[in-house]
Amino acid sequence: MSVPFTAALSQIGPESDVIVTSRVRLARNIAGFPFTSRASAVIRQEILRVVQQAIERSPLGAASADAPTALAWTDLLKTAPHTRTLLAERHLISRNFADGDAPRAVALSRDEHSSVMVNEEDHLRIQSLAAGGALSDAFDAAFAIEEALSARLNFAFHPRLGFLTACPTNVGTGIRVSTMLHLPALKLSGEIDRVKRAAEDLHLAVRGYYGEGSESIGDFYQVSNQLTLGASEDSVRDDFSRKILPKLIGYERDAREAVLSHSRSSVEDKVFRATAILASARLLSANEATKLLGAARFGVTCALVRVPLSTIQRLLLQVQPAHLGLIDPRASESEEAEKEVRATLVRQAMVLPAT
Amino acid sequence: MKCDLCNKQAVVHELTVKDGVTTEMHLCSEHAVEAGFSLPKEKPVAQLLASYLAASAEPPQPREKPQKCAACGLTFGAFKKTGALGCPACYDSFMPTLGQIIERAQAGASAHVGKRPGGSDDLRRVQALRAKLMHDLEAAVVAEQYERAASLRDEIASLDAGAP
Repeated sequence: MSVPFTAALSQIGPESDVIVTSRVRLARNIAGFPFTSRASAVIRQEILRVVQQAIERSPLGAASADAPTALAWTDLLKTAPHTRTLLAERHLISRNFADGDAPRAVALSRDEHSSVMVNEEDHLRIQSLAAGGALSDAFDAAFAIEEALSARLNFAFHPRLGFLTACPTNVGTGIRVSTMLHLPALKLSGEIDRVKRAAEDLHLAVRGYYGEGSESIGDFYQVSNQLTLGASEDSVRDDFSRKILPKLIGYERDAREAVLSHSRSSVEDKVFRATAILASARLLSANEATKLLGAARFGVTCALVRVPLSTIQRLLLQVQPAHLGLIDPRASESEEAEKEVRATLVRQAMVLPAT
Repeated sequence: MKCDLCNKQAVVHELTVKDGVTTEMHLCSEHAVEAGFSLPKEKPVAQLLASYLAASAEPPQPREKPQKCAACGLTFGAFKKTGALGCPACYDSFMPTLGQIIERAQAGASAHVGKRPGGSDDLRRVQALRAKLMHDLEAAVVAEQYERAASLRDEIASLDAGAP
């Protein structure tokens, strides 16, 4: 937790003009135990012990602690709330998992690209994040962990239904692929609803910036698969890498070209208003900052704004409340102090807004 | 719109044009009856809705199995409320109804195609035994049988010593 910006969220990967991050999550449970919601504190402690032991004895354990993929165990009951929020802001644990007082833990890879949540809705939630559209890297990293643990843990498996999960909507492969897309031109041109409907026809869920039930902020959208039964892991990977993502990237890039040639002023207006506020505001809420940084990001990808994309990515993470506290502890003193620290951070980074 | 004669909601609206002069009248149900309008006894929308609901009410389902998981005690009703199952054995306990729910949620798919768990049969046997011992240990602690609990704990520890 001492190195603030190794997180995949603040890095730049392939197709970063449209794809912000790619994530793969695998749900697994250990046979013979009730699912987490029905497990007593004793059973939950036992699950923690069994999983921790399996990790330590695996090639990902302490023996290879220097490797970037080595997993380090963090007991969340012994972790300060501020640190748990940091992990949630980096998408390494879910928001629900950050709160509460049930026995639970997370094993984090040294490079902060992978995590294993233990005693989430399922006993194990293995997930890997990759910058941009490097979805295959996320697949490989998640399955490397799954395979190392599979040799040491007896995963609940049904001969016909596959891997058994607490919620039957995850049964089968237990895979959830989740890509964070930036689609400002499709939003501006009004085509976003058509794209959303087309995605839903392909059994994809389209959600907002903070995931389930949230609205889109800054034109960021999460697109994820909804089906986990009837398609193999490889075909899910292929569907995303070869069909779904190239199509969505193509739609957005075409829309950018179209809005830039047909309504350049409205693009410039949106972008330069945003960068002007970012460079001048004295108080900024997290939502407003995210919204404006989304517009600035659009400007960067259209070569209207000369700020590195990595700066925008870093700011999108740093404007979150717990990360602001790392930069200046005063941020946690009052709501106004938080907004002031955020505005100062953004202003200093956005001093050269326009061409 | 309010009734012309009182403060209630108007349900009858009449527009009269006489000698080029338009007069409007708005009356609530009581004043409308007084004025000689005949109102329908029941609202047709409510009738439609009632007959629609009657038609779509599900026929009672034939009971195929006692709808309770033998392993963890979760009832099918409790599952339907939360959407969360209690344990891996719930899947077999709630068949075939759960199978139909899964098929609907998974766009018609009913079988897994893909990876199978790694690990050996030996691992599975040891871990199944371990889970059973844990279950017994919990029961022993609840029943305050501490000697039995201690010996179960030793058994689990010796299993762990030989784990991969």
